[in-house]
Amino acid sequence: MTPSWLEILGTFALLSLLAVGGANALAPEMFRLLVETRGWLDEASFVKLFALSQAAPGPNILAASVMGMAVAGLLGGIIATIGILGPAAILAWTVAGWLDRLKGAWWLKPAQGGLVPIAVGLMAAGGIILGEAAFSFWAAPLITAGTAAFVALTPRNPLWALLLGGLIGLAFAR
Amino acid sequence: MPEPPAKPTPLQLFLGFLYIGGLAFGGAVAWARHVLIEDRRWLSEREYAELIGLAQVLPGPNVGNLAVIYGRRCAGLAGAAAALGGFVLVPTAVVLGLVALWQEFGQNPWVAAFMAGVAPAAAGLALGAAIKSGIRLRPPPEQILAIIAIALAVVIWRVPLLWVVAVAGPVCVALSVRRALRA
Repeated sequence: MTPSWLEILGTFALLSLLAVGGANALAPEMFRLLVETRGWLDEASFVKLFALSQAAPGPNILAASVMGMAVAGLLGGIIATIGILGPAAILAWTVAGWLDRLKGAWWLKPAQGGLVPIAVGLMAAGGIILGEAAFSFWAAPLITAGTAAFVALTPRNPLWALLLGGLIGLAFAR
Repeated sequence: MPEPPAKPTPLQLFLGFLYIGGLAFGGAVAWARHVLIEDRRWLSEREYAELIGLAQVLPGPNVGNLAVIYGRRCAGLAGAAAALGGFVLVPTAVVLGLVALWQEFGQNPWVAAFMAGVAPAAAGLALGAAIKSGIRLRPPPEQILAIIAIALAVVIWRVPLLWVVAVAGPVCVALSVRRALRA
C-alpha cells in the first residue's frame, strides 16, 4: 500500500527536527518508522537504499529522499526531501534572526558538546541496526567490521570501502 | 587585508552553494569552508567557524543550516531559499537518479550481489563514524556512559528518537555546560 503524500511529508518533517548528527544518527529512527512501524519498506530494501544514499554527494540526510522515492515514486522523493529539510530550515531561519545575540554566547560551545554523545550513540546504534539488516550472506558482518575500521582509522574517502564491499558482494553473494 | 567584497546576491548565493552541494562527496563541511572562505571569499575563517558552530547545534544538515543562516543575512528570504536550494539541488537529483537506476536494474543478479556487499559497508560507515568521533573528541566519562546508554536503548529497546532527544538532550547539554562552568 502506497502511503499518501501527507503521510510521507509528516513522517519526514517529524524526523527533520530530530536530525541531530546526520543520516547515520537518523538511521535507527528511519528504520523504526519506515520498516517496523509503518511497514512501507522491507528490511533488505531499506539497507540497500540507505547504502545508495551514502554513495551520493551532498548531505547524507538525503537518505530521506531515497526512501521517499522508493515508497512513492519521484514525487514521494521530492516530498520527503521537502519534509526532511523544511522544518529544520525554518528553525535555522528563526535562529538566524537571533544570531547577533547568539554567536558569541558562552554556552554555545558546551551546548554543542552536549549533543555529541547523542549523535555518537545514535550513529553507533544506526551501524548495528543497519548491520543486522544487511546480514544477507556470510561475509556481510566482516564487511561491516572492516569498513568501520577503515573509516575510524584512516582519513581516506569512505567511498573506497563501499566499492570494496560491493566487489566482495559480486564475488560471494551471487 | 583586502576589503571584503559586497554581500552576494541571491543568484550568487545559489551558484556558490550549488558548487558546494555538487562537489561535496564525503564531507560538505570541509568543502563549504573551502568555497566560502578561499574560493568566493564571502566569509573570514572566524565568521565561518561561528556560523558552522551554530549550524551544528541545530537539527538538519549542517551546511544546509549554514546556507539558510548566511543566505538570510545577505539577502533575506530570497537569499536563504536560493542558498539552501542551490545546496541540495544537485545531490537530490543524483540520489533520486540512483534510486531510479536501482529500481530499473536492482533485480539484475550482478547489481543485486554488488548491493548486497555495499549495504553492510554502509552500516560500517555509520559504525566507523561513531568510533572515529569517539576517538577524536575524547568524550569525558559521563558522555561515554551516555553514548553507551543511548546506543543500547535504541538498538535493544528501539526507543523512539523523540524520547532520546527529549530525555538525553537536556541531560547531556546540562552536563556539558556544567563541565564548562567548572573548567
